[in-house]
Amino acid sequence: MKTSHIIGIIIIAVAIGIIISTAGDASSYVTFDQAYAMASNGNGNSIHVVGELKKDHQGQVVGISPTADKLSFTFLMVDENNKEQQVFYNEPMPPDFQRSEKVVVIGSYHDDLFVADKILMKCPSKYQENTVSAEM
Amino acid sequence: MIHEFIGDLGHIFVVIAFITALYSAFSYFQGAQAKQFDKQHFWKQNGRIFFYVHALAVAGIVFSLFYIIYNHYFEYHYAWSHSSKRLPTHYMISCFWEGQEGSFLLWLFWHALLGIIVIVTNKFWEAPVMAIFSLVQAFLASMILGVVIPGLDLKLGSSPFILLRDAIDAPIFQQQPNFVPEDGTGLNPLLQNYWMVIHPPTLFLGFATTLVPFAYVIAGLWKKKYREWVRPALPWALVSGAVLGLGILMGGYWAYETLNFGGYWNWDPVENAVYVPWLFLVAAIHTMITFKNSNTALKASVILVITTFVLILYSTFLTRSGILGDASVHSFTDLGLSGQLLVYLLFFTVGAIVLAIVRWKEMPTTEKEASTYSREFWIFIGALVLCLMGFQVIIPTSIPVYNAIVELFGGVSNLAPPAEQVEFYSKFQLWFAVAVGLLSGTGQFFWWKNIDKKQLKSDLALPVVITLILTALVVVFKNVAEPSYIILLMAGIYTAVANGKILVRVLKKNPKLSGGAVTHIGVGLILIGVMFSAGYSKVVSLNTTGMLISKESSSEFNNENLLLFVNEPKEMADYQLKYRGERIEAVDISGYLNRDDLKATAIPHLVVAKRDITVDDKVVFQKSDTIEIAPENTYYEIEYTDKNGNKFTLYPRAQVNEAMGGLLASPDIKRDLTRDLYTHVSSIRDPNEEPDWSDMEEFEVSPNKNFFVNDYVTRIEKIERIPEVEGVELTEKDVAVKVDIIMQGEDKDYLAQPVFLVKDGMVGRIPDEVNDLGVKLTVLNVHPERNSFSIGVNTRQKNWVVLKAMEKPLINVLWSGTLLLMVGFGIAINRRYSEFKKMREKGQE
Repeated sequence: MKTSHIIGIIIIAVAIGIIISTAGDASSYVTFDQAYAMASNGNGNSIHVVGELKKDHQGQVVGISPTADKLSFTFLMVDENNKEQQVFYNEPMPPDFQRSEKVVVIGSYHDDLFVADKILMKCPSKYQENTVSAEM
Repeated sequence: MIHEFIGDLGHIFVVIAFITALYSAFSYFQGAQAKQFDKQHFWKQNGRIFFYVHALAVAGIVFSLFYIIYNHYFEYHYAWSHSSKRLPTHYMISCFWEGQEGSFLLWLFWHALLGIIVIVTNKFWEAPVMAIFSLVQAFLASMILGVVIPGLDLKLGSSPFILLRDAIDAPIFQQQPNFVPEDGTGLNPLLQNYWMVIHPPTLFLGFATTLVPFAYVIAGLWKKKYREWVRPALPWALVSGAVLGLGILMGGYWAYETLNFGGYWNWDPVENAVYVPWLFLVAAIHTMITFKNSNTALKASVILVITTFVLILYSTFLTRSGILGDASVHSFTDLGLSGQLLVYLLFFTVGAIVLAIVRWKEMPTTEKEASTYSREFWIFIGALVLCLMGFQVIIPTSIPVYNAIVELFGGVSNLAPPAEQVEFYSKFQLWFAVAVGLLSGTGQFFWWKNIDKKQLKSDLALPVVITLILTALVVVFKNVAEPSYIILLMAGIYTAVANGKILVRVLKKNPKLSGGAVTHIGVGLILIGVMFSAGYSKVVSLNTTGMLISKESSSEFNNENLLLFVNEPKEMADYQLKYRGERIEAVDISGYLNRDDLKATAIPHLVVAKRDITVDDKVVFQKSDTIEIAPENTYYEIEYTDKNGNKFTLYPRAQVNEAMGGLLASPDIKRDLTRDLYTHVSSIRDPNEEPDWSDMEEFEVSPNKNFFVNDYVTRIEKIERIPEVEGVELTEKDVAVKVDIIMQGEDKDYLAQPVFLVKDGMVGRIPDEVNDLGVKLTVLNVHPERNSFSIGVNTRQKNWVVLKAMEKPLINVLWSGTLLLMVGFGIAINRRYSEFKKMREKGQE
């Protein structure tokens, strides 16, 4: 066997190892119902849930309640199946949060409360306003 | 008024740039294909002229866009959304690349410049290389074209010269189509930092330079000059490696110093998208050097140079198509360019692969296998490790792409990136880094093609022994316990030591050849620095009082943060800390101003000095001067006293960032030789919120008699009749009295100046606040008969700040490693360029 064959085999083995481990460590996007089911089955892995902040008819975000010291807050989020869920985040409200078009929460259920370890946001445009008015 | 001309001009320049790039590509293509000399010459001449016109047009676009920004033409969407009237000129330049269109423009600009350099320095390769260059330019120019193709309903590109009214559908434009906003929304204050001025151009120059080696390899395959392309491409690959590396490092340093992401690297997809091509580029540089010395690894070089450029295109696609939307915190928007970006990516990927396959058989190879005792073998292994290292990062980063592909075929894929990014990537990258360290330490001791095992053993003995001793010492003295960290540490020390030995040897012979050794020492130091600063970063602001800062917060927050009240000392690790109060930065002078010395006006960025203000014992502002400040930034002066009584002061910052909807903290760092003390505020009193004042307490006191307010000794020092009060018109019958009240704080006296006035028989009271002490004083009444005053006192919680401090050991080793890396690249570039120049003078290239 030539050295180059041995090297080739090792490379392929490492590459496959990388792909398998990625698949193993990859999280998944689920709905709140699926996440709840997972938590009830004792699966405490962190998962991603995609959704939007709950808004009223005028498009105002509702249901955000920071704690008194503003160091953590809870909010209402609606997932892609329109299920509404209260989410707790143990950090101050992230910048741009209220303006986000779409929110991804990464975390898991603790009883009936979804506790987010991390929040990702998709904003209408990076640091850009999306409307203009005469006062500006 | 709408200044349509300049926008139209800019747009015409874009169209010219696009068309000339196409013509130039076509001409150069003809020139490269032509057999006869005069035809070659004709087409080459043509291509060159078109490329120069193209470069001029690009300069014209830059000029037009800058003109719009500089003159505050807010009728243009680009100026409105990225600039504002108060923005200093150097940030106007950085407005350029805050937006996506502008960053494409920056890229075009660098390519145009590099193209000119290639034309001037290398006549031999001009036609085929510049054909590739111009083609890339045409693709890039199409991204900012903003033209709708009639009949197809296809929009090509997104123009930076679009008017606000066309970009945004706001009701105001229906009433007044010519409405121009008074001011722009400005450059995000978080980005108003000198890094924003230098980091993006460096990174984009790095991106742009990867085109040069790619153009050479394609030209080489195309013109069947399989060996010859390497020599001119190598110095460019080194330049690219250096600049791209510098860009990445600047990004890391910026994140560390300002953005308070907690560290310099977060394995965010956007960061990964630059890191991976850089790794492949470094691998390519190694195989190219191998080829030059031993005629092996030519095919590997071809593959790696192509891969690097394709990865740059891929990362452009990832970060700009919006596909990462759910996965990255650097949320980029889809400008509707995804299709165009994909075509750009696929065109060059498929084109390069097809060309490589067609030419594959013709490429020269060496039949004999490289011996395991040769340098080329180990460099090749090193390059493979670098590729795997990149592969490990790009596979998880591309998860959103797999989902998109599966969905394209009607499937459902809900794969998400690993939840704990940093841990996930670190556990793999650590071992690749160990392999890189060991290989770059050992590889240089092998000779090209040469096998001399004895020589090798005696060469390696000393570095190995020194490494083991040093590692043991560091492990013992620095308490490194984690086995994987010990191994990483050893690999880092080994590389540094082994290459140190090489360096000594090379310096004696020919210092021009020392690039490799210096760079590898840098790599070793980076590994050591990363291991310590990331692995042994420790929180020093431990709350040992046993009291909770906030019941609602996690125990981690309560344990790892300190609550400081103004002027009350607190112990932290080896320091005594004192919070000295809120500070503001003036625009014109450096140094911090005390918020208590300033009085707000109706305009947020203008304040008035209450008294003479000194900075470093120099009076910088007179009393009643109007001072321009940056109102969004508040600094918190924290005085540290160490065990030996040495004092230093840190000013961590909090920024009210309306555009980003909250408060953003930036750290301040005390840099020592062996460690950084990294301090940031983690909670503050919301400056926009009216505090809870206690009920008023009343005192009746005579001047110069002490009384106690909130436990502070207080007295009325002076009473003064004043002729005018701001905002109130006084006639001769009216009276206004200013009462100077001194409060003795812990460290200094504070002055409050409440005003009592009688106007038209009505009493008015203007209270004054001592911000630091949380006291508001009001003159309630004057009793001339008893020579006394009634003073009302409201108190609130004293000013406070919650602070977190971390120690990052040996982070300077990391920075000095990066510096050496750059120096090493510089030496190598110089060497390879002079080699190329020699050959050119001989008429070979």
